[in-house]
Amino acid sequence: MSCQLKGREEKAGSGVRGRARSSSPGTGDRSRRRPSRKQPPRAERVAGRRGAQPSQKERAEGSPRPGSPRRKQAEHQRLREDLGKPGRSSTKRTCEGRRKRDGRASLKEQRQRAPPKKEKEALRKETRKRPKKHRSPSLASSTSGGESLSEEELARILEQLEDKKKLIATMRNKPWPMAKKLRELREAQEFVEKYEGALGKGKGKRLYAYRMLVAKKWVKFKRDFDNFKTQCIPWEMKIKDIGHFGSSVASYFIFLRWMYGVNLVLFGLIFGLVIIPEVLMGVPYGSIPRKTVPRAEEEKAMDFSVLWDFEGYIKYSALFYGYYNNQRTIGWLRYRLPMAYFMVGVSVFGYSLMIVIRSMASNTQGSTSEGENANFTFSFKMFTSWDYLIGNSETADNKYVSITTSFKESIVDEQESNKEENIHLTRFLRVLANFLIICCLCGSGYLIYFVVKRSQEFSKMQNVSWYERNEVEIVMSLLGMFCPPLFETIATLENYHPRIGLKWQLGRIFALFLGNLYTFLLALMDDVHLKLSNEETIKNITHWTLFNYYNSSGWNESVPRPPLHPADVPRGSCWETAVGIEFMRLTVSDMLVTYITILLGDFLRACFVRFMNYCWCWDLEAGFPSYAEFDISGNVLGLIFNQGMIWMGSFYAPGLVGINVLRLLTSMYFQCWAVMSSNVPHERVFKASRSSNFYMGLLLLVLFLSLLPVAYTIMSLPPSFDCGPFSGKNRMYDVIQETIENDFPTFLGKIFVFLANPGLIIPAILLMFLAIYYLNSVSKSLSRANAQLRKKIQALREVEKSHKSVTGRTTGRDSEDTAQGTSQNATQLPLTKEGMTPHSASQTQTPDKKAEDPGTFGSASGTTLPASQGLSVARPTGFRPDSGHARPQTHPWRSASGKSAQTSPH
Amino acid sequence: MGNKQTVFTHEQLEAYQDCTFFTRKEIMRLFYRYQDLAPQLVPLDYTSCPDVKVPYELISSMPELKDNPFRQRIAQVFSEDGDGHMTLDNFLDMFSVMSEMAPRDLKAYYAFKIYDFNNDGYICAWDLEQTVTKLTRGELSAEEVSLVCEKVLDEADGDHDGRLSLEDFQNMILRAPDFLSTFHIRI
Repeated sequence: MSCQLKGREEKAGSGVRGRARSSSPGTGDRSRRRPSRKQPPRAERVAGRRGAQPSQKERAEGSPRPGSPRRKQAEHQRLREDLGKPGRSSTKRTCEGRRKRDGRASLKEQRQRAPPKKEKEALRKETRKRPKKHRSPSLASSTSGGESLSEEELARILEQLEDKKKLIATMRNKPWPMAKKLRELREAQEFVEKYEGALGKGKGKRLYAYRMLVAKKWVKFKRDFDNFKTQCIPWEMKIKDIGHFGSSVASYFIFLRWMYGVNLVLFGLIFGLVIIPEVLMGVPYGSIPRKTVPRAEEEKAMDFSVLWDFEGYIKYSALFYGYYNNQRTIGWLRYRLPMAYFMVGVSVFGYSLMIVIRSMASNTQGSTSEGENANFTFSFKMFTSWDYLIGNSETADNKYVSITTSFKESIVDEQESNKEENIHLTRFLRVLANFLIICCLCGSGYLIYFVVKRSQEFSKMQNVSWYERNEVEIVMSLLGMFCPPLFETIATLENYHPRIGLKWQLGRIFALFLGNLYTFLLALMDDVHLKLSNEETIKNITHWTLFNYYNSSGWNESVPRPPLHPADVPRGSCWETAVGIEFMRLTVSDMLVTYITILLGDFLRACFVRFMNYCWCWDLEAGFPSYAEFDISGNVLGLIFNQGMIWMGSFYAPGLVGINVLRLLTSMYFQCWAVMSSNVPHERVFKASRSSNFYMGLLLLVLFLSLLPVAYTIMSLPPSFDCGPFSGKNRMYDVIQETIENDFPTFLGKIFVFLANPGLIIPAILLMFLAIYYLNSVSKSLSRANAQLRKKIQALREVEKSHKSVTGRTTGRDSEDTAQGTSQNATQLPLTKEGMTPHSASQTQTPDKKAEDPGTFGSASGTTLPASQGLSVARPTGFRPDSGHARPQTHPWRSASGKSAQTSPH
Repeated sequence: MGNKQTVFTHEQLEAYQDCTFFTRKEIMRLFYRYQDLAPQLVPLDYTSCPDVKVPYELISSMPELKDNPFRQRIAQVFSEDGDGHMTLDNFLDMFSVMSEMAPRDLKAYYAFKIYDFNNDGYICAWDLEQTVTKLTRGELSAEEVSLVCEKVLDEADGDHDGRLSLEDFQNMILRAPDFLSTFHIRI
């Protein structure tokens, strides 16, 4: 229901109709408020008819017929009666400024309107003298006019019902005080309650009511479910407490929680589809060689030092790849474990990719375009720099200082934009810094390669010390601990703006972690290739051992020989399990190093600073050691890389995700505690919202990079011959082919073969590229259109403004705030053009309307109406910032009424 | 759920859920927070909608607000008479607007009211000065403050009338990347 239409109705209703039925005050007013679109023509038609039969009306007035039509009549009457009210209240909603006065006037109007209306309704039916066999519960006249009327009524009720429902749904978005919201809500609910069942016809009615009932139940269920869901979100209070340190610290913990959720899903996937079926239905431990600890390791297999390195019993457990058997189906369910293993491995990546991209997309949807932010530096600083989350006086102090400095910085920037003192020196220093950092990166990469190589030597030897066994992990952790501060020190040479500096720093740490991880992988790959080349000989040895065992002489031929004990069977090195163990150890050591750093670096330091401050020469809290800062960016990067390792390792060590879930759980509590007890907030403010997608982007990159090695091993390395679910196959993915061939009908197999044809895949990829190109160009053109529209809005606003000043001068007689109110409404909207037409129309219309019928308008409500409209327009509070549609609609009407208010009282 | 029923009727809770961005549990939590502010003042039975106001001094002592430079404005904007004393309804309103779920438009509307210190419907230079002084605790010199205000008006004042109207403000805040995350109180 657009207000423009209403504007037209106003003309039709009060002009034409009012003239015809001058005896009934208030009807014109009432019909004017009807939001129906078909209103004007009908009004005219009805009015014409009325005009033609005034005598009939009078005749029938006093004698309504008794009986059922009468009852129906009354029912319908009630219906209409109430329609007037909601009609008004919906008007209230859209044209808020008018609301108060309307509420006051409505009682009066109703009282006046009701009797004549009733009589007329009765009259119309009686005079037609038609049998009323209508399905509709509303108007029962069967003339074309009546028919359309009832349809209209229905449509109108429906429309209002929809409006009410929308109102109920969006009530919380209204900028009203609670009391008003509650009142409106009650009104709307009562209306909906009343009319929900009254709609629909005959059988349809019951169906409609039923549907409404279902819809209501559904809403209730959804709300309960939402309630339940929010109750299930863990650590809400904890994060709230942390939030007092500012939104950026809270954002780290929210990120951690999100990560925990993702890992829980991955854990459920792996645990439910791989580990549990294997444990329940697979061959038990000790039955086959791959599930048994070899004889040589048996003595020490239960020692803690061995278990700690994930050797011994843990190595031959369901936590690692090697434990799984290559039987096609297991248990009475005929569960296809190798297939499940492969599919779970794929879906771990699929799910992660999906969830990361989805959350990235939802992040971008919320944010607006980045390009034009430069124009509002000071405004943003002024209005959005205070973080309302802060509820901790220390954080607040930091925030005050940082806001002050940022203001000063921008003032300085503004006053002397880019005046470099010694550009050559800066350049030299920057090149130097980058050179140093690249040296560091290369050095750390080489160190890791060297250490991994050395550890492979160690692994062949016996009796290696604890350090030698854990050298790789120790070196990697140390590098991760000491390189970032080193980078930071070097970065002071560069003299960048803090924000740019932070980006460089993040990029460098990222490169360091990535480089380390990839060198580690490369070294590991070397090892894997070595093991693969040895495999052939081991295979022969195993074969010959078994052959000799069964064919050896000196055994009673009549009794078949008991099979060789699985622990004695010689076996290959199972490179998959080795890789899995490496990742497992890396994860655990990483976790320990993190915790120890927190304990020593943060907690002990805080204790020292806190308690030694009483007896120290200088102020420890303000001076040198002070408290540790909570390093958000470093922590987030750590989390991301940890996740990368999980993704890489989870294919070879299904238990890794479980370990990671534990790790995230503990670090949630531990880091929370550390932040609350011993950290001060980061001084350099790292904006949370802007960076969240940055982190997500990093996560996506890491996900992609960890997908590569796994995909490589699956696609191009042969699996070990005697361990894991794919043993005996040429490649791991052969399991799919096998399943298709054996378990699907042949034609499906043919289809798959056909689909795998490069002739089909290459065009598909091409098509995808084309689609990307197309969508990209579409989005580009859309954003261009967006920019143009914005420009247009700006221009229209200017036009409207000048227009306002002109009209303001012409009608200068009126009070200033009325003009302001009008202009305020007029400038609100991009729809100003449409606004102009009813505008001028009503301007010309009002005088002759006034002149023609003072009767209709002049009585009861008529006199108060325009004036109070003007008043309500002038109220500056009558403005609603929400609901994008309501505004465009309200505005023309309001500006029109504002105009009429200006012109009418003479 | 047992003793929760005694505070509100089921219908009241439903209505509050319709009118705010909170779930039942959060509404109850907020109620208890509110009740905690003045235990002897606020009854534990709200089924008959008692007319109780908690004075501003107590409201502003909440940890969520006590460090906020704009706490007085917030309380004034959301209170009924503009004096900062709040009923439970006002209290719920305030945290609903400040909650994470509230849409940008609603937040922007109330942010405008908060920054409009003299309640004249416009953010004028004086309002801006107040804002800057509160944000920096008066650490900027007078010239710097006036320069900042000038700059803000320069940037955001779309119709060049020397003050920010609600539209100017919305237009500006719509593009602010951090507005949603910072204009937010977790409760």
